[in-house]
Formats: sequence, structure tokens, C-alpha cells
Amino acid sequence: MKSKSIFKFMIGLYLVLFFAYMFLPLIFMTIIAFNANDIPQITPWKGFTLMWFGELAKDDQMWSALWNSFIVAFSVVAISVPIGLGGALLLTRLQFKARNFVYGVLVSPILTPGIILGISTFLFWDSYMDIPGGLWTAIIGQSTFISSYCMLLIMSRAQRFDLTQEEAAFDLGATHRQVFWKITLPFLKPALISSMALAFMQSFDNYNTTLFAIGVEQTLPIYIGTKLRSFISPAMNALAVIFIILTVFGAIAYEYRRRREMIKAAVKIPPEPAAQVLGM
Amino acid sequence: MRDFWNTALRDLGKIGIAYISVTVGVWVVFMIIIPQLIMFDYSLRPMLPLRELGGPKDVWTLKNYLVFFTNRLHMAIFFKTIWSSLIVTLVALSICYPIAFYLAKVARGAKVGLLMLGLIIPYWINELLRLFAWQIILADMGILNQLLIFLGIIADPINFRMGNGAVILGMTYAYILFMVFPIYNVMESLDKNQLDAARDLGASWPRIHYKIVMPHAKPGIAVGCTMTFMLAAGTVAAPQLLGSPSSFWFTQVINTNFECANWNLGAAYATVLMLLCVVFMFMMLKLFKVGLKELTQ
Repeated sequence: MKSKSIFKFMIGLYLVLFFAYMFLPLIFMTIIAFNANDIPQITPWKGFTLMWFGELAKDDQMWSALWNSFIVAFSVVAISVPIGLGGALLLTRLQFKARNFVYGVLVSPILTPGIILGISTFLFWDSYMDIPGGLWTAIIGQSTFISSYCMLLIMSRAQRFDLTQEEAAFDLGATHRQVFWKITLPFLKPALISSMALAFMQSFDNYNTTLFAIGVEQTLPIYIGTKLRSFISPAMNALAVIFIILTVFGAIAYEYRRRREMIKAAVKIPPEPAAQVLGM
Repeated sequence: MRDFWNTALRDLGKIGIAYISVTVGVWVVFMIIIPQLIMFDYSLRPMLPLRELGGPKDVWTLKNYLVFFTNRLHMAIFFKTIWSSLIVTLVALSICYPIAFYLAKVARGAKVGLLMLGLIIPYWINELLRLFAWQIILADMGILNQLLIFLGIIADPINFRMGNGAVILGMTYAYILFMVFPIYNVMESLDKNQLDAARDLGASWPRIHYKIVMPHAKPGIAVGCTMTFMLAAGTVAAPQLLGSPSSFWFTQVINTNFECANWNLGAAYATVLMLLCVVFMFMMLKLFKVGLKELTQ
């Protein structure tokens, strides 16, 4: 009994240490954002201030980088989710011999270092399409691997799809278009929404691929990277705080949604008869 | 073949098949395969002034690769990158294994959700900002030095940015969560009764892990290691932000080549990095005896 409580204590200690390791750096970073000291450090503490947020807001470069990040991220969503859906349908709905090989090709971008994707995309578009590095090459470079993530996410739901629903609809005379819009798509909807969110965040955070593909333009991570390499101001801490706040809200919303879905899946609402769905 | 098309037509219709062909076709051909081939092609050609492109000198050669294999410094950086990435991978694995096991098999109810949230939040914060946090901690007048001086352990600040330590530390922090989630995912599917049975039969915890948990978690461990190694060897952010001139990373060498406008040499170096990651992945697959299919579940 005694050894068990020691064991429990050890696990508790390990968890505390692990989460301290995860969160303390972020907490330090947050505190510094409010220190009126020019150097981003906690000590010496020169009083509470919000001036670094003001400084950040005055930086035009930051705003244009942010704007670029939004353009890139929305474009990546618009490209990656449809491609991911195509890949997921191909791998879950069709049976063919080379399936494992095709699967390997389609997930290979995830297993490729980001800078390789950036470099190869840049070289391809620059020399063969006469489009120099810029937002477009960044969008394509990012979409190459983000599509794989979207595909895996959509696949994991598509695998649970009950094919008899579609068959019933076909038997009742539904067309392919009707079946897709009324049965397949609604079933895949949660996965499509999560893959949109995932694609957006992956794109918004991407540094390695973008750095090599984007040429002289800047997205937010490129801007942060440039700033952090040259002159470090606590304005970067202010930016980090904004990121942390958004992430915390995002993560809570995501976790909430995931749970709700899990509960829904656990209850197993019987699928509605196809005829009813089609309104016949 | 005919059966395949008939079934496909019946299930997905013409529009469905056209949709899949176009999306996947564009992706595979124009985004995955051709750019890689072009990078490889670049790596095999010498750097020439614009007017000589396509001329008699523009032929395939292994010269760029020879430059790499004969440059002692670059070779040393290359092996250092491999070595350091292996350390990052191993440290991440040993830290994450207990966390993943705890989350998957020991913790229950609301606690799991809370801990998961605790993992997701740092995971979603920009890589650069996570590295920036360590930049602050490890700076000459940073938190760690201040703390050590305050405690009287050292008299003068230590330059933590010398050597590779800071880069390795920062990378472990930045990529550790790519190790937790894959291992957690496979451990979750382990039947808890197996653990209880082994325990009842008197197996010790190390034995249970060695004989039951680890074999079950193999695919997850393989994914986690492959991802972490690939991220560590392939990142340019961590050495840029945490490194010093003494801790040059292979990706930085590639970057320098591009900054010096020698795209051909850069492409050759990038190809070498690509090969390294492919070799590592297949070694992992072989070592853990898992298939590519299981690797990316």
C-alpha cells in the first residue's frame, strides 16, 4: 500500500514538472509583455505598462504581414480542403491494387521537411512557370502538405461511413448529385469543418516552408522571425500574448466541439432512413 | 480493370470521378512530384550565368554533390545535425512516453480533458514564439542566469547560446508534442484488461511495459520518432533563433546557398537532407516492423 502511494506521488510530481516545463516559458513571456523595460526580461521590473501593445499596433510592417497571412491562410483552406476531400474519397471509396502505394505518395508531404517543400515549390514556379517567389508560391508550398493533413482527417471519418445509406438512396432512384449533397457531404461535414480549421492554423503558423517559398514578401511568422533575429523588443511579447489568448480560446472551443461529437457518436443516433433525408 | 471502373462509376458517378481525378491529379503531379523532380534536376546542374543556360555547359553532373562530400565543415555540420536530431528525438521520446501512457490508461474523466487541453495549447502556439520564450530564458541577462546568480550557484552569467545545447533544448520544447499525440493515440486503443491480467499474474511494471505496452505502442512510437527527427533535422527556425555561429545547422547551410543565389548547390544540399529523412523513416519502419500505412494513421 505504501509503495503505491509513493508511486502516485511520483506520477503527480512528474506531471507537475512536465506541465511546468510546457507552461512556464509561456508564462514568463506573458509577464514580460507588461513590463515597462526596453529589454524583454522580467528583471528589472520597471512597472506595469500596456505600451508594448501600442508599439505593436503602430508597426505597419506587422499589419501588412498579418494581412498577407490571412490571404495565404484562406487560400490554403480553399485549396487544401477540396484536395483533401478528393484524396480521402479516392482512398476510402475505390478499391485498387496500388492503393497502398498511392497512399504513401499522398502522405509523403507530411514526412518531408518543410524547407524541402518550400525550395522545390519555389524552384518549380520560378523557373518553369515564370512566377517568382511570393504569396502564390507560399500558398502552393503550404497546400502541398496541408492537403495531406486534411485528407487524413476526412479519411478517418469517411471510413466510418455506412455505405448502405448510399445504396438505399440509389435504390430509391436518387442521382449521384443528390446522394453526394444530401448524404455523403452532411456526413463528412464535421470532418470538413475541422480540416478547415486545421488548414487555417497550419498555414497561419507555418515558417519553414514559407521562408523558402515566399521570396521578399512577409507573412506573420516570417515577420516574427525577422524581428527575433535582429532587434528584440517586448512588442514581440505583446504579439505572443495575443497569440496565446487566441490559442487558449481556440483550444477550448476545439476540445468542447470534439467532446460534443464524441458524446454524439457514443449515443449512436440511428441513421435516418435515406428516403426521409431525400424528402421523398 | 473494367470492374473497377464500373464500380467506381456506379458509386461515385461521372462527376465524382472527374472531381477526384482533377484534385488528386493536380496535387500529385504539380505539387508533389514535379517540384521534387525539378529540385533534383537543379541539384545535378552546374550554376551558370543566364546566357549559358541550355548551352553546352548545361549538362548533368555530380559536381554539386562532390562539393558537399569534399567540404569538411559542411560534412561536420551535417553529421552534427543528425546526431543532435537523434538526441532531440530520444529525449522527447523518454519525456513523452510516461505522459502518453498516463493520459491514455491511468487518468480518467474530466482530468483527461484538462490535461489534453494543457497539451493542445502549447502545441498550437506558433513555433517561433515558443522558441522566443527560450531565447528570453537563456539570454545572457535572462531568467535562468538571473536565477542561478540569485541562488549563488554562479557568479557571472553563462553564455548558454554557445554550442548546440540551446538549440537542442529549444527544439525538444518546440517539437515534444509531435511525440505525445501519436503515442497517446495508439495507447488509447490498448485493452486495459491485458494490463490487469499481467498485473494479476505478478508481472512487474517494467515487464508489463516491455512486453505489452511497448509492442502495442510501436506504430505510435515510430510515427513520433519519425516526425520529431524530421522536424528537428529540417527546421531552420530553431537554429536561427537560439543558435550562435558555433551551432550552425544543416538547414542554415542550405539557406546560405540560396541567399548566395547558388540555387543549384542549395538544391543538392536540400536533396541530401531529403534523403536523410527518407532513410531515417525507413529505418524506423524496419526497426519497429510497422508499415507505412500504420505510420500515418
